[in-house]
Amino acid sequence: MWAYAARRVVIGVMLLLALTLVTFVLFFASPADQARHACGKQCTDEQIAVTEKALGYDKPVYEQWGMFVKGLATGREFPADPELKKTHPEFITDCDAPCLGYSKTNGKTVNYLIGKAAPVSVSLAVVAVVLWLAFGVSLGIIAAVVKGSIIDRGIVGLTLIIYAFPTFFLGVFFLKFVVVKWGILAYPGYVSIAEGGVANWLNNLLLPGMTLALVFLASYVRMTRAFVLESLGEDYIRTARAKGLTSRRVLFKHALRAALTPLVTMTGIDFASLLGGAIITEQVFAYNGMGKLTVDSSQAWDLPTIIGIVVVAGAFVILANIIVDICYALIDPRVRLG
Amino acid sequence: MNNEHFLSVNDLQVHFKTADGIVKATDGLSYTLDRGKTLGIVGESGSGKSVSSSAIMGLHQGTSARIEGNVWLDGVDLLTLSPPEMRKLRGKEIAMIFQDPLSALHPYYTVGHQIAEAYRVHNAVSKKHARKKVVEMLELVGIPQPERRFDGYPHEYSGGMRQRAMIAMALINDPSLLIADEPTTALDVTVQAQILDLLQKLQKEFNTAIIMITHDLGVVAEMADDALVMYAGRAVEYGPVSEVLTHPEMPYTWGLLSSVPDVTADTDIPMVPIPGNPPSLLNQPPGCAFQPRCVHSSKVPGDLCKTTMPDLLPGSHGGSGHLTRCHLPNPELIYETEVAHDVTPTQSEER
Repeated sequence: MWAYAARRVVIGVMLLLALTLVTFVLFFASPADQARHACGKQCTDEQIAVTEKALGYDKPVYEQWGMFVKGLATGREFPADPELKKTHPEFITDCDAPCLGYSKTNGKTVNYLIGKAAPVSVSLAVVAVVLWLAFGVSLGIIAAVVKGSIIDRGIVGLTLIIYAFPTFFLGVFFLKFVVVKWGILAYPGYVSIAEGGVANWLNNLLLPGMTLALVFLASYVRMTRAFVLESLGEDYIRTARAKGLTSRRVLFKHALRAALTPLVTMTGIDFASLLGGAIITEQVFAYNGMGKLTVDSSQAWDLPTIIGIVVVAGAFVILANIIVDICYALIDPRVRLG
Repeated sequence: MNNEHFLSVNDLQVHFKTADGIVKATDGLSYTLDRGKTLGIVGESGSGKSVSSSAIMGLHQGTSARIEGNVWLDGVDLLTLSPPEMRKLRGKEIAMIFQDPLSALHPYYTVGHQIAEAYRVHNAVSKKHARKKVVEMLELVGIPQPERRFDGYPHEYSGGMRQRAMIAMALINDPSLLIADEPTTALDVTVQAQILDLLQKLQKEFNTAIIMITHDLGVVAEMADDALVMYAGRAVEYGPVSEVLTHPEMPYTWGLLSSVPDVTADTDIPMVPIPGNPPSLLNQPPGCAFQPRCVHSSKVPGDLCKTTMPDLLPGSHGGSGHLTRCHLPNPELIYETEVAHDVTPTQSEER
């Protein structure tokens, strides 16, 4: 299993490098002048030329990509100018390995920006995934068990109605009623566990987490319901009943084990893509996570930040896939890794 | 009557209410069975063989099925039992073996675990004790290295081994009634014979009553004491195997016998299939259910076959123990002159 995981990680790293290359090529294929955007609106042509040189934008794309990859391994300095370092070391920004780049727009290394944003998105994703799994799976099981009844139709119908509302509507709705009108919760703003403790952290994440979870709720209810029903129709369920097991044991031990396996895949991938940022939810609640960073850096043509986000988000997805595959092998004895 | 026999099924009806109407999957089925004896239930797919047996197991509880009649087992009417009472009998007094052992075993649990579960649900014993019992049982059904095989998963077993494991699971609580639902259909021929031998051996050992559901008349000839031929949810012929297979009196039974291939005979002689398909069990017409497919119905005077359902009555041969549901006045003569030459001799003369 470890050899398998190691091989998957190596393939994942190569995939990530290919991902950055594609992002580089796409960005430089666009008509925008990178140096101009990095320098700012009031820059003269000379200043732009200096910026271009300092950030390495004057070099060919493949060379810039090579520098980026090298920076990932060994770290970089911005600007990479040995003479300037001698005369004015205070102008040099160090970027330790794995260096994702330097954002001239923000005057910070990309590592710093992502280091600030990632905990917000990760917290949000964790709270959301716990909420949607807890409610989605249990409601799905209930709906499957009472298939065809009013409760089943109610659960499926209600979650579908919620699903039909856009995320920004749900977010604003919660802010308007739960926070402003009823005053049940304080206006949410991200507080890290280190700053405010777990209770405070969770309290502030409840509304945005709920908003995000509701987006996924309907599909998880429906999938759980379908998988449980499918599993309950299997021959081995009849065998389990023929043995004289209680219906509770048949459901929880025999039916759910098989039904929830495909959900592991879904959850892994959905969770991983959320780690790369929940753009709308973060906007609505003004959370400075990866989603907001993505939007801001795209609007500012902040290439280094965008590439950094692509690498980190891509790494999350690749890692989640490896973990899901390993989980599968642990759950299903028929699956052999290799 | 209910005390004379170990199992006595009396006018059993299993009806399913669907959006299109009531499906009469089993309608007025009666038979009896004693300990140590085997009843072979034969019929095409959808004739109600499995549905009626699942009703005995109480497996329709909690579904839309409406079940009526009586199923007396050792003096208790199973159909009057509450679901928890029925659950306690299931797997203990009545056990079942299924057609496809690969899909009937849970792919995620070891075979030993699944058999031990069947034992522990009815016996308050430790895991260790259950394991010992399961290993004994695996050995009894002829699984080599049972101690090691206990921890194997179903996909690591061969088809025959899986069915042996299913038999071990069914017999671990020493049930008095075993329902085998096409236990050899998914297996190849050499393994089929082994499994049937095993069942016979274990039946002698445990004095079990067996209901053998099959569409293979060879299995019935080999295993059963009594044969029950089902068509469209009803018994159409019922009696001792020697009677039913050698002096069949119902055209449907003739059809089943004629459609068995004879490997020893001249291969140029065609098999005689039964024309048409089984009828829908929804809104059945009033006459004999087999009439649309029956090539002999013209020999019955008038349109009796179309208008009146024949009763299950003693036929002209074999006395009161051999019941048949047919209007034909002289079935024995027709069988001898028109049908018998199509029937594989090994089938009719096995007994």
